[in-house]
Amino acid sequence: MRDVRADFPMLEQRVHGHRLVYLDSAATTQKPRQVIDAIGDYYRTLNANVHRGAYDLAVRATDAYEAVRADVAAFVGAPDPAGVIFVRGATEAINLVAASLGRLRVRSGDTIVVTAMEHHSNLIPWQLLAEAREARVVMAELTRDGQLDLADFRRALERQPRIVAFTHVSNVLGTINPVAELTRLAHDAGALVVVDGAQAVPHLAVNVAELDCDFYAFSGHKMLGPMGIGVLVGKPALLDAMPPYHGGGEMIRTVHDTTATYAPLPHKFEAGTPNVEGAIGLGAAIRYLNALGMREVAAHEIALARYALERLAAVEGVTLYGPAERAGVVSFTLADIHPHDLATIVDSEGVAIRAGHHCAQPLMRRLDVAATARATFYVYNTREDVDALVAALEKARALFGYAHA
Amino acid sequence: MPDGDSTGLAELYQELILDHYRRPRNQGSLEAYTRRVALANPTCGDELELDLLLDGDTIADVRFSGHGCSISQASASMMTQLVKGRKLTEAKALAARFSEMMHGSAEAARDKALGEARALAGVARFPVRVKCALLGWNALEESTKPQA
Repeated sequence: MRDVRADFPMLEQRVHGHRLVYLDSAATTQKPRQVIDAIGDYYRTLNANVHRGAYDLAVRATDAYEAVRADVAAFVGAPDPAGVIFVRGATEAINLVAASLGRLRVRSGDTIVVTAMEHHSNLIPWQLLAEAREARVVMAELTRDGQLDLADFRRALERQPRIVAFTHVSNVLGTINPVAELTRLAHDAGALVVVDGAQAVPHLAVNVAELDCDFYAFSGHKMLGPMGIGVLVGKPALLDAMPPYHGGGEMIRTVHDTTATYAPLPHKFEAGTPNVEGAIGLGAAIRYLNALGMREVAAHEIALARYALERLAAVEGVTLYGPAERAGVVSFTLADIHPHDLATIVDSEGVAIRAGHHCAQPLMRRLDVAATARATFYVYNTREDVDALVAALEKARALFGYAHA
Repeated sequence: MPDGDSTGLAELYQELILDHYRRPRNQGSLEAYTRRVALANPTCGDELELDLLLDGDTIADVRFSGHGCSISQASASMMTQLVKGRKLTEAKALAARFSEMMHGSAEAARDKALGEARALAGVARFPVRVKCALLGWNALEESTKPQA
């Protein structure tokens, strides 16, 4: 893959006198000029409210917004743009499914299956649904190296769950779940499948039609796009049968005093003025990623993760979490140095990593740690970034009184 | 660390603080306690439980348990050392003084009443870490409130 760093103005910044080494892309990615400019251009040349104006500008704004829907559909292999719903992010996408599909499909005594590696955003919505419907959440366990325990997953499916929800890529371990296989198993058990793709769509070539999952959620800001725009991709026949999530403008057909009929897909699920600027930015991000090629992006990150695992394993006192084959996510601890202390110390060298429970407390408990440090990689990261992290960790070791290895 | 460390890291991770982190004083739980306060820092996952045994309005014994970073653990350890044997009103005043120091008061940082906890003055230069240093003291403050 070509060196893209020059496209990212943020990476020109210096932090505490050092080059910014940004290793927190799983939290949010930096943005290339192409995305920043697309948003600026939108407000300079195209801004109008969509779907209602009779004037030229409104028509053009609407066309631009709807064109991104088609781009998103093509990017993730969704056969029909009507099944592409714009939301605020993966969290809202999953909440939408839990609330709307839950109302339609989950009754007292029903089971919802999740896994022990879920981000809270793919756990709490199901807990809330279970509480409201007197259903129960069953958590499928992991193997020792941080992969889904297929035997336990199959056992959970024996409870004939109504919904099975799991992540495509773990935001803590980098584990890549076999989505197509898990989906087939869940479908055989009579369940509908909801996949959290927040850590997958930015990093892998994803094709929802091949995966055959029923709902797939992801966020724009984790894939070079702006914050506040995300996507729910659903099978149109299912979305059609589901009740609306939010009520308001845009999502109606006809409104009477006490009742209303609703707009067809996708607008039934897009109440209120949508985040048009966000969609435009997401469209630019998709064009940028397509130009790089998602297979190249994935290969770049997997190679970086492999290099990071190798370099970190050689730092005395480092414990690594997760499987050998993984996406660009590396969680670790270093001797008795708390991850927050590690993050503070490496920050003084310009290295931005995350420390904490990564919104995955059930997983942390299974790893038997309160927190980990986490470095995550994206298109603009290099082997030099990994080297800078390793050098900064040596500084942490020295501060905590460990001799240089 | 080189002299003139511009980031203040050497002060943040000085020996006294690491010593309290690695050998916390008054760690554990009290079998018989008068007051127990559990606090958590939901953004980072730090958890702390503070037990006080009161003799009248005097802190006869104190223990803390939980997990967290070096700053939160060292700060809680120093706090227990400082308030053991003191009256609740004195403990409350110390907590207020410590909080002033965390918000950059140089005068509070010179106050001998804060004892070893003055070693934490440098945390004030790391705004995101101030909440770590305050966790134990906030638990103390909570435990000094009049009981219903």
